Amino acid sequence: MDVGQMQRQWLDYTRSLFIEGFLDNQFLQLQQLQDENNPEFVVEVVSLFFEDSERILKDLTFALDQQGVDFKKVDAHVHQLKGSSSSVGAQRVKNACIAFRNFCEEQNVEACLRCLQQVKQEYCLVKNKLETLFRLEQQIVAAGGSIPMMELSF
Amino acid sequence: MWFKAPESCNCIEPQLPADELLVKYQYISDFFIALAYFSIPLELIYFVKKSAVFPYRWVLVQFGAFIVLCGATHLINLWTFTIHTRTVAMVMTAAKVLTAVVSCITALMLVHIIPDLLSVKTRELFLKNKAAELDREMGLIRTQEETGRHVRMLTHEIRSTLDRHTILKTTLIELGRTLALEECALWMPTRTGLELQLAYTLRQQNPVGYTVPIHLPVINQVFSSNRAVKISPNCPVARLRPHTGKYMPGEVVAVRVPLLNLSNFQIYDWPEVSTRSYALMVLMLPSDSARQWHVHELELVEVVADQVAVALSHAAILEESMRARNMLMEQNVALDLARREAETAIHARNDFLAVMNHEMRTPMHAIIALSSLLQETELTAEQRLMVETILKSSNLLATLINDVLDLSQLEDGSLQLETTTFSLHAVFREVLSLIKPVASVKKLSLTLHLASDLPAYAVGDDKRLMQTILNVVGNAVKFSKEGSISISAVVAKPDSFKDARIPEFHPVPSDSHFYLRVQVKDSGSGINPQDIPKLFTKFAQSQAVTTKGPAGSGLGLAICRRFVNLMEGHIWIESEGIGKGCTVTFIVRLGIPDRSNESKLAFAPKVLGNHVTTNFGGLKVLVMDDNGVNRSVTKGLLLHLGCDVTTAGSSEECLRIISPEHRMVFMDVCTGLDGYELAIRIQEKFKKRQDRPLIVALTGNTNKVTKENCMRVGMDGLILKPVSVDKMRGVLSELLEHRVLFEAI
Repeated sequence: MDVGQMQRQWLDYTRSLFIEGFLDNQFLQLQQLQDENNPEFVVEVVSLFFEDSERILKDLTFALDQQGVDFKKVDAHVHQLKGSSSSVGAQRVKNACIAFRNFCEEQNVEACLRCLQQVKQEYCLVKNKLETLFRLEQQIVAAGGSIPMMELSF
Repeated sequence: MWFKAPESCNCIEPQLPADELLVKYQYISDFFIALAYFSIPLELIYFVKKSAVFPYRWVLVQFGAFIVLCGATHLINLWTFTIHTRTVAMVMTAAKVLTAVVSCITALMLVHIIPDLLSVKTRELFLKNKAAELDREMGLIRTQEETGRHVRMLTHEIRSTLDRHTILKTTLIELGRTLALEECALWMPTRTGLELQLAYTLRQQNPVGYTVPIHLPVINQVFSSNRAVKISPNCPVARLRPHTGKYMPGEVVAVRVPLLNLSNFQIYDWPEVSTRSYALMVLMLPSDSARQWHVHELELVEVVADQVAVALSHAAILEESMRARNMLMEQNVALDLARREAETAIHARNDFLAVMNHEMRTPMHAIIALSSLLQETELTAEQRLMVETILKSSNLLATLINDVLDLSQLEDGSLQLETTTFSLHAVFREVLSLIKPVASVKKLSLTLHLASDLPAYAVGDDKRLMQTILNVVGNAVKFSKEGSISISAVVAKPDSFKDARIPEFHPVPSDSHFYLRVQVKDSGSGINPQDIPKLFTKFAQSQAVTTKGPAGSGLGLAICRRFVNLMEGHIWIESEGIGKGCTVTFIVRLGIPDRSNESKLAFAPKVLGNHVTTNFGGLKVLVMDDNGVNRSVTKGLLLHLGCDVTTAGSSEECLRIISPEHRMVFMDVCTGLDGYELAIRIQEKFKKRQDRPLIVALTGNTNKVTKENCMRVGMDGLILKPVSVDKMRGVLSELLEHRVLFEAI
């Protein structure tokens, strides 16, 4: 596959991520912050996000497994996750977290568990997508091309 | 005497007594002859003495001697009639001998003298003739001099005035006087040029308009030569008065008077003969006078005619120049007045604008500010609605005022475009982000296509460019109820300029500039092609707008066009008709930034360019956030803006790291009370306010409680997440300038 084709593929893929709601504007902001001083910014932040999220999800699973659920703590974790996901632009994860928090307030364990499932699912999805995206970028750069400019459409 | 017998005796025998009577007669005759002979020389001497010039005096002497001797002879002869002695005879002989000698000599002399005398006579005749000739010539000269005198006098009279009427009248009068004319008349050509009209006469006071056709043979004859021409007294131009004399009317002479017009004179050129018009001057000698026109009189007339022509042309020129001068003066006065009026109008308008600018904006701002503040207080739903309407209306009004003032400035020509280097992409993105909310509310899809060869950066007025694009896109959104709006930006190629739709547009290609072509297509209500020219007119709204959407002032497109024109471009609209959508295209000229600028940015692997601002050059900031991801993102953001960022993951760490070098502290306050506590602790740490870094809260919470808390603990600012690069840039600038920034929640 030549550079042009790869670039087109990258474009299509990125566009699909936005259209499907996996990523939002914040992700674009991150991309803007990437410059010659900070060439791997996006990858770094996203990696950080993955680490953080996995830790939080583990903690959440643990917390909700308890007999006496400490909703405050759960809420704090979810809040954290919400913050992180919104910072990287993982829209679906963020939305799931918002829903999660509502149920936390209600102190509804069942609902919380369901939400947790939801969040986990969304997280996995977005993680896969982003990893694929990064692989594509690496391929393009390796082939000597540059990441094309993205058309903005809403 | 000869019949005497001489030798025999000394006595002389007398005659026989019978011849006594004869002798007596002889005696008497001889006496008288002697007398005459003696008196002639006396007479001669007397008269010669009297005359001064007489050559040959000695001839006279000779002649006198001859005559005297002849007389003596005859006298002596008296004694010889009777008997006379020998002495007498001797004397007689002697006398005779002498006489003979003298007479011979005289005779011989006369042969020489008489031709001389005769030639004297001829010379005398010659001289007499000469004298007569000279006399004649002198007579001529005298007449010429007199003519000259007359001409000078006439000319003086004629040229002493610049008034046409006076010139002509004077001419006639003076000519009449000089030449003792009976009548003198001047015929002028009529306006049509086909007739001659009697304009002035000497004797008649007010000539009633006799006219004569101009193409009479006699008139043509006169006009064709510049001499005075004798004409018949019976021709129409000469028949002015009833014939008064008994026998013959006096001779008539006519001469042409050239009427020179200003237009006849070319520079360095004498007037063309072909375009001349002539007047006719007719001069009549008195009838029954048997006078004739003399040559010198004719010459006089010709000279006068020429002088009159010159005088008339001078008068005409003077008239013309006076008229021109008067006209110019009037025009000057009128122009002056107009200028004063215009100045007054401009002053009035400037005053008005100055007043409007300030006076209108101030209350406007007050209304808007107070309404927004009001919005944040406790209101009932009804009240809130009212306040929102007030806000909306006042914003509209503010926009309207700004538009009007902008346009006036534009029309004034006082608006100048700013020139900065800016990112084209950023401009379009900004427009999109502004329009997106409205578009999504109306469920319109918005697409942007930026060509790949579009320069990343351009030199020009980015604010006004954005205003133009925003206006155009805004219009597209406003007038579309559904469908899609597409925006495309490309670099205009030279061949696309030969569009028939933009005939007056002459782009100037150059290496340091390029032409940006932006096209906005919408699928909205469209415009009637006939209305298109009106669209750019101020204040005119298309009648076809039936939607009750937000009404514009109608100035938007006019302002756009002004901006586009200032950017040396062109804007036009196409629409296929009502309901078929419309396309707005504009081309503007932008500069290409220096190579040196570009090279700095060329290393960025991604072409998405927000160029790095180094405005905040090393501004030391501290970021406190316990969420690692958020921390990284905020740090990246601030790094991107050129700040020197330190991070802290907790309040304790923050307090440890913070130093007076940090100008700002960004702390996340989403997580409980930690943030507020930290703020208080920071303030305690720095006694003096100047040393303390600005404390700014970053939060995703959009409730008033957070804001109140922040203000309560003495924070300097509050910003809502998410923060874009541009927003952060603005925030930093604002904070550095004003040291406080509370974002409206």
